[in-house]
Amino acid sequence: MAEATTNGKYKVIGTRPIRHDGADKVTGRAKYGADYTFPGMLHGKVLRSPHAHAIIKSINFDKALKLPGVKAIVTSKDLPSVANKLEQAGEMAINPHHLSMNILAHDRVLYDGHAIAAVAAINGHIAEEAVRLIEVEYEVLPPVMTVDVAMKPGATILHKDLRNQEDGDKQTNVAQHYQFKRGDVAAGFKAADYVVEREFKTAMVHQGYIEPHNAVGIYSSDGTATIYCSTQGAFEVRSFSAQVLGMPVGKIRVVPAEIGGGFGGKTTVYLEPLSVLLSKKTGAPVKLVMSRAEVLRASGPTSGSQIKVKMGATKDGKLVAAEIWMAYEAGAFPGSPVGAGAMCIITPYKVENFLIDAYDVVVNRPKTAAYRAPGATNAAFASETVIDELAEKCGIDPIDFRIKNGVKEGDAQTVGPPFKRIGFIQTCEAIKNSPHYKSKLTGKNRGRGVASGFWFNAGMNSSATVNIHADGTASVVTGSPDIGGSRASMAMITAEVLGLSANDVRPVTADTDSIGHTDVTGGSRVTFATGMAVYEAAQDAVKQMIERASKVWEKKPDEVEFRDGKFFAKGNGVPPMSIKDLAPRFSRTGGPITGRASVNGRGVGPGFATTCVDVEVDPETGKVQILRCTIAQDAGKAIHPSYVEGQMQGGTAQGLGWGLNEEYFYDEKGILRNVGLLDYRMPTCLDLPMIETCVVEEANPGHPLGVRGVGEVSIVPPPAALANAIYRAVGVRMLETPMSPPKVLKAVLKHGGSAQHSAAAD
Amino acid sequence: MATVIIPALLRKFTDGIDRVDVAGGTIREVVRNLGTRFPGIIDQLIEHDELKPSVAVSIDGEMATGGVLERVGEDSEVHFIPAIGGGT
Repeated sequence: MAEATTNGKYKVIGTRPIRHDGADKVTGRAKYGADYTFPGMLHGKVLRSPHAHAIIKSINFDKALKLPGVKAIVTSKDLPSVANKLEQAGEMAINPHHLSMNILAHDRVLYDGHAIAAVAAINGHIAEEAVRLIEVEYEVLPPVMTVDVAMKPGATILHKDLRNQEDGDKQTNVAQHYQFKRGDVAAGFKAADYVVEREFKTAMVHQGYIEPHNAVGIYSSDGTATIYCSTQGAFEVRSFSAQVLGMPVGKIRVVPAEIGGGFGGKTTVYLEPLSVLLSKKTGAPVKLVMSRAEVLRASGPTSGSQIKVKMGATKDGKLVAAEIWMAYEAGAFPGSPVGAGAMCIITPYKVENFLIDAYDVVVNRPKTAAYRAPGATNAAFASETVIDELAEKCGIDPIDFRIKNGVKEGDAQTVGPPFKRIGFIQTCEAIKNSPHYKSKLTGKNRGRGVASGFWFNAGMNSSATVNIHADGTASVVTGSPDIGGSRASMAMITAEVLGLSANDVRPVTADTDSIGHTDVTGGSRVTFATGMAVYEAAQDAVKQMIERASKVWEKKPDEVEFRDGKFFAKGNGVPPMSIKDLAPRFSRTGGPITGRASVNGRGVGPGFATTCVDVEVDPETGKVQILRCTIAQDAGKAIHPSYVEGQMQGGTAQGLGWGLNEEYFYDEKGILRNVGLLDYRMPTCLDLPMIETCVVEEANPGHPLGVRGVGEVSIVPPPAALANAIYRAVGVRMLETPMSPPKVLKAVLKHGGSAQHSAAAD
Repeated sequence: MATVIIPALLRKFTDGIDRVDVAGGTIREVVRNLGTRFPGIIDQLIEHDELKPSVAVSIDGEMATGGVLERVGEDSEVHFIPAIGGGT
């Protein structure tokens, strides 16, 4: 039920109405990608590589094709040759050649699970059997699994044609080097009283969305195709599929289904082009759905990484220098988020002298995809641990140390430009003033840790239409798949402008032919940019309705005002008219009212978060139990506070899982050994306490409602906060994720056996 | 004239200079004038009369969305920075 807003300026924004899609979701009526079915539909399965690295010498699918019920088999030979260079695809940049090679391996397989061929058959069982009958001859090559091995001179090369900007014509596994530099690093360290230098490793982890990838492709004899799929970006699916298939963008329509989680992992394509390719070959709709094992082996987890951080501070607690080296696993093709990680790693702090070198490195693992604040969590695990250690050396409370060095409006970002209004310090102060931080933590082997994080947030393109119905209610149509409650926010923004209730507005997510271009649901951008488009579209509808009201009253438009959902004629005592009163007169005054807006979202407001976590470590087993966790995050403006809190809690839960247990576990041959959710250990409700939230609202001056976007930054601090808490619990600095029981136990034993730290004594 | 901050890895094209005043009312003009003074830098920033997909530009603290057509003020501060990789 809606409740009174705490912000008197708004009537709808800031309340907590029940989500519009809730009833369909809890009753099972909501249609997800795998629910789609069409007459004559075939089922597809994918043959995947059993090797991490091998040359494909031959593929023979004669036996498979003869199996009754098999309708078609495709390999990379069915894909057109495409450009091998970074190209703009919508607002995102991709290398079409690399994307094509990831969809179906060309001459070599580059990771365990790499797709080689796809089969369409009358049912899934026959398709599976056909996959087993395909014969592939391999020449197995040594796998290159980690960045240190990949970067060694003489390392096995994954791509003969890969070059970077610095090594000329030399073959390499280093796809890109980024560097950020400011001031005089040597002089900075000379001025430091304390210097901490540490090396960190983080494991490759998966987003862990519950719904596997899926797609239904329908190729029509007129040369057009329709794709139904689970995606964060229907327009990206359209442009990426067009690139891979060599089709014009305008010939492909993508219908986004309900989505069972994405967290960045559903911003690219895997099955979608295959479904069209198989449909084209068979003349029938073709559906493909990944198994959990396929999701883990062959979709896009985020990078494992190696990071070296050296930072210095004066004894009064001023950060004076940082020197950082970082290398991220891109997976089989270039494009890890190491550049973003480098641009985030010390951004919360004013550091006058720094040098950051960052390397994007290909390895025989699945091509990484985005994962909530891509690259920033790995980075913060390293930098925030070192910050904690420096604070301790300086004898300063870790929150006070962050406040002392934290960035404010006007301070330079790592990449150079100054911040506009931001709320980093406020997140630190919110934690400092929280009941959690003020509480006393007592008991043996218990410790409290804090950490902070930064993420840019994104703008990009969004479109919206607002239709006013004959009964005075409205619908708002956008192209943003709803992965976190954004439909409710879009309806609430529309309702706020129109003076309606949130329930009077029906939010709709449209397909790529039914709404103007709208970029991916990612980068925490939907409530910011699509919300901006919705705000402007609703304003456009209001402007049109003012003209209609003026016609009815035979006034000039500037003699009519709109406020609180009603039209008022200036000065003549005529009773005000509601939208409901005016709507039946639309057809006599000029036709239907549709407000429209398309924006290229400027004024992005970056996000900051600070997290506090209490843990208890069992020194006999190394198990870390989370006792309490609180996050403070700057939302700018929380349109629907429950969904903002939900994003904060969700990101925190994922960050805690990343920190404690999750990892891709490969054997010496490069084969992934934990391909199910029993072995890939995500946190469950039994592992986590209720995560407490402090929503900071430092309005973003670049948005009409002050919105920043909240989907990502909450994942950034938890692993570092856990490491810092474990240190205070048992006295060991954990330098590697996951901080799973064997690793914590090993560190505790190395430190001197069963430490018996008393939190109260610290 | 606008002040252009040169990214660390492009300073090899500017003799190590990290900031330079450049005339131009748009990013296209700024880059062209920058290239006149420091040959070689244009190819690092521009391709087919548009910013390379790997390059983003910030003008006065705001991420510019208009590419080479973006307006640059007389006293603007222009930063060329890597486009965020790895998707969002």
